[in-house]
Amino acid sequence: MDGMALLTIFVLSIFVGFEVVSKVSAVLHTPLMSGANAIHGIVVMGAIIVTGTAEDLLPLILGLLAVLLGAINLVGGFVVTDRMLEMFKPKKTVKAIEGDQA
Amino acid sequence: MGAVLATVVLFFSGIELLNLTLILIALAVGSVIGAIAARKVKMTAMPQLVALFNGVGGGAAALVAVVEYMVHGEADLLFLIFTVATVIIGAVAFSGSIVTYLKLQELMTSRPVVIPLGAPITILVAIATLAGGVWLVLDPQDWLLVALLALSLLFGVLFVLPVGGADVPIVISLLNAMTGLAVAASGYVLDNVLLLIAGTLVGASGTLLTTLMAKAMGRPLTSTLFGAFTAKATGAVGTGEDRPVRSGSANDVAIMLGFANKVILVPGYGLAVAQAQNTLRELAEMLTERGVEVDYAIHPVAGRMPGHMNVLLAEANVPYDQLKEMDEINPEFSSTDVVLVVGANDVVNPAARTDKTAPIYGMPILNVDAAQQVVFLKRSMRPGFAGIENAVLFDPKTTLLFGDAKDSLTKVVASLKNI
Repeated sequence: MDGMALLTIFVLSIFVGFEVVSKVSAVLHTPLMSGANAIHGIVVMGAIIVTGTAEDLLPLILGLLAVLLGAINLVGGFVVTDRMLEMFKPKKTVKAIEGDQA
Repeated sequence: MGAVLATVVLFFSGIELLNLTLILIALAVGSVIGAIAARKVKMTAMPQLVALFNGVGGGAAALVAVVEYMVHGEADLLFLIFTVATVIIGAVAFSGSIVTYLKLQELMTSRPVVIPLGAPITILVAIATLAGGVWLVLDPQDWLLVALLALSLLFGVLFVLPVGGADVPIVISLLNAMTGLAVAASGYVLDNVLLLIAGTLVGASGTLLTTLMAKAMGRPLTSTLFGAFTAKATGAVGTGEDRPVRSGSANDVAIMLGFANKVILVPGYGLAVAQAQNTLRELAEMLTERGVEVDYAIHPVAGRMPGHMNVLLAEANVPYDQLKEMDEINPEFSSTDVVLVVGANDVVNPAARTDKTAPIYGMPILNVDAAQQVVFLKRSMRPGFAGIENAVLFDPKTTLLFGDAKDSLTKVVASLKNI
């Protein structure tokens, strides 16, 4: 893909990023930050690609380290975000039930 | 999960990968470590875990760029520019996040660390890092890449060290945005649109979030980051004067609360540390049953991350409509009989309004001093995370109940039952 297309995608992504965050209430900022943190764990994909091209020992070791760190970021980030969001969920259902009864 | 797997398969189809077994092993080990750490962490310790995850993500991005440089060597100018950018930003995010983790985990002091000549050294390192980056782009050499990596790591440490504990949440957010940008840059290096989009999204949203939070703290981002450079090293520490305070028993507190018309609870990080969220909720429920009007006042930076306290109270099943944000609750304090401050200090410290030398000066606070009576549940007279003395503690209308927040609350709840 040429540089211009990448640049276009880059700029559009910035707008989406701004747009997404400005709509989230301050109450959910911690899960939001944690979720964003998990998203950049996608770097593990890049780590896998470069490690897949490494033929010498040193790049291989560094690449594998990158895969390891990236996987920690990605999986850990999503699990902890999920745990947090889980806490906000049940109360909504409880409230909904109470609302139904009222 | 199936969708994720499909994406992964599609993503790698057509790319021939060497070392597949080793990659899968590293992937599995990393996933297990990440999942276990995320499952086991207590919600109170979650901010430092997020910082740590962020750090390893930044480190991974920097390593990706380094390996890509080693494997493909000197390519065109754009490739080199983005490689350098990834290495610098990724490494800064890595070492900065590690220091943040150490601060939050209290493995090192959470106070601003001011090293002699800190500002000039930091600026020098920053200039050297940038200069090294430019040099590497113009004249790619391996030793230069190693030097650049080391300089960036050093800069990350120097950059976070002088940041005070109360400002650490903002720094986490900023480092998060930086890792996002590093990943975006690595997407450019690898010509990979997925990394570019994901990284940019995080970079942009993280930057916005950082500015929002700095605004919630009531001062520009620059003063958060560079404030400690200008402040006197001793200015932040409490003076430890022997002014008299009034301490009361759990019974006194129960009587005050039980016969009040309106009570506002101000939970702070100390509440979470003592794992007293459930006991506080129990107290609030009892008071409500007695016909007392009860609200929770949540400061935007209560806890160790923006919105952290909301997560902690949600964990304890506190009803959502009782949680009031600062702007909503501040006008209410003057008509409130009793404010119960549990394990919070800096966010109710009027020094933020009055004392220009205080490190928290300008931060919007909960105006608990406007209430008729204030009760502090505290472990000791030790100043809060930011290390400043709180004048409300010495106010004649203030009662202190010393002890672990959970024990104290349990006693108050027990006394309240007998009234």
